[in-house]
Amino acid sequence: MSALLEVRGVTKSFGGLTAVSDVTFDVQAGSVVGLIGPNGAGKTTTFNLITGNYRADHGTIRFQDRAIDRMRTHKIVQAGIARTFQNVRLFQQLSAVENVLAGRHCRTRSGALGALLRPPWQVREEREAAARAVDELAFVGLRGRAMELAKNLAYGDQRRLEIARALAADPRLVILDEPAGGMNEQETEELIGLIGRIRARGITILLIEHDMSLVMRACEHIVVLEYGQKIAEGSPAAIQANPRVIEAYLGTEEV
Amino acid sequence: MAARTTTRLAVGYALAAAFIVAAPRFLDAYWLDVLNSVGLYVLLALSLNLILGDAGLFNMGHAAFYAVGAYTAAILNTRYQIPILWTLPASAVVAAVFAALVARPVVHLRGDYLLVVTIGLGEIVRIALVNDVFGLTGGANGIFGISRPMVFGYKIRRPHEFLYLIWAFVAVTVLLFHRLEQSRFGRALNYLREDPVAAEGSGVNTARYRLLAFALGAAWAGMTGTLYAAKMTIISPESFGFWESVVLFLMVILGGSGSIPGVIVGAVLVVVLPEVFRGFASARMLVFGLVMMVMMVVRPQGLLPFRLLRFKESDVRRAGASS
Repeated sequence: MSALLEVRGVTKSFGGLTAVSDVTFDVQAGSVVGLIGPNGAGKTTTFNLITGNYRADHGTIRFQDRAIDRMRTHKIVQAGIARTFQNVRLFQQLSAVENVLAGRHCRTRSGALGALLRPPWQVREEREAAARAVDELAFVGLRGRAMELAKNLAYGDQRRLEIARALAADPRLVILDEPAGGMNEQETEELIGLIGRIRARGITILLIEHDMSLVMRACEHIVVLEYGQKIAEGSPAAIQANPRVIEAYLGTEEV
Repeated sequence: MAARTTTRLAVGYALAAAFIVAAPRFLDAYWLDVLNSVGLYVLLALSLNLILGDAGLFNMGHAAFYAVGAYTAAILNTRYQIPILWTLPASAVVAAVFAALVARPVVHLRGDYLLVVTIGLGEIVRIALVNDVFGLTGGANGIFGISRPMVFGYKIRRPHEFLYLIWAFVAVTVLLFHRLEQSRFGRALNYLREDPVAAEGSGVNTARYRLLAFALGAAWAGMTGTLYAAKMTIISPESFGFWESVVLFLMVILGGSGSIPGVIVGAVLVVVLPEVFRGFASARMLVFGLVMMVMMVVRPQGLLPFRLLRFKESDVRRAGASS
């Protein structure tokens, strides 16, 4: 059986700089996969290639046996890949529940005419979308903050709100870009629990993270990048023992 | 809190409606004509608000769509004797198609870049009209002899009759635009304004909504053009210059970008204040400009940056209970 997501020989250059070079890896359905590496290794670029924000120069990306490397971002979301951003990107002036409803957008269909005439099916659709948005807020623990403007939420809450927005799109795969960034220890602990609960819903997770304790505990498969190239891949235990990974993170010993 | 703002808004609209209905009893023809002008500008500012306020697309060429609507109505009426109000749908469609066509190649531009392009668009349209494009627009003289509108066999010609026609259209527009604001469509425009990258990344087809915002805003501006042509019976390119676009932009920003009642207040002030300042004679535009500057410094968010909450706490509670 083929993997849920297959990244094959993907390369992306910006001018003279090759940010991602010939990277290949799989994400199996139902797993939690971590993408790690030093700063500037090409992790976020890889994410942006998968989500269609960038277009690969070479290589293919397949999701559920379907090529997605030429699709536009919103189509990829519709196909079942939702994401969060490294620097939280919420709709600041809108309430938490409206932010989550953005995720429902691709699963609902009423347009301008429906809005003007308000047929019963549109009223029902809106009610169902709102109910689902509230459910997702409750799922990430923000039920009590539904009416708060996104900009007024604490940083850790903003990160969780982004996850709720991604989940509202009914994804098969969620891509989290540094979900623990800026979180304190207790929030990180809660995040690990949340990742477990997302997985329990049958949603596959691919994440970038610098917090190694989180990566080692939450992920069962880890891909390591350095200078845009994959240098290692394997279970947390194997990665921790891999000399190339240790070298990448700590540098070589002076001889 | 949320319920109170809704009530306040309803009271505000009711008072405004009562004022308009009673206006012919205590205002002379001159002031009624000012009110008609206010009504047309309210319509134009609301249509620009869809593009500029809701979707955050800097459009400073809105007068172009207004002109396309007005000329469509005038040409259909004077050449083919189609009753002027019957041309409303045609004006809307022609303006919307025109907007979609010209916006398509430039709509991905952000902020100031789009602003500059739309200024160019407005000028191109005006100059095309002056040059009697396709031999249809009558050049610098414009088109005259547009017939008066008929409503149920009754000919509309006097200021107070136009008052009711124009403000009825305003009332319908306000109702419909509030519905639009409270919908999936309205939310999508707001996502676009707040963060286009996050909107696309959440599954919103941002390119499509940019075009829809332009098309819908242009359709409404086009229909307002029809009303204008019907009221004036003569239209010429000078009514659709760059200054018109600037004034509309000003109304939206001054009143409160993205807020329907705010934009209405903005339009009212920008039309009425220069009239009030007539006492300052030649200095009136100076005083008007100063008032404008002070307001922007003191209230950069606009006079009424007020938006109806899409969801109230009670809605959230109900949604939570039903699932």
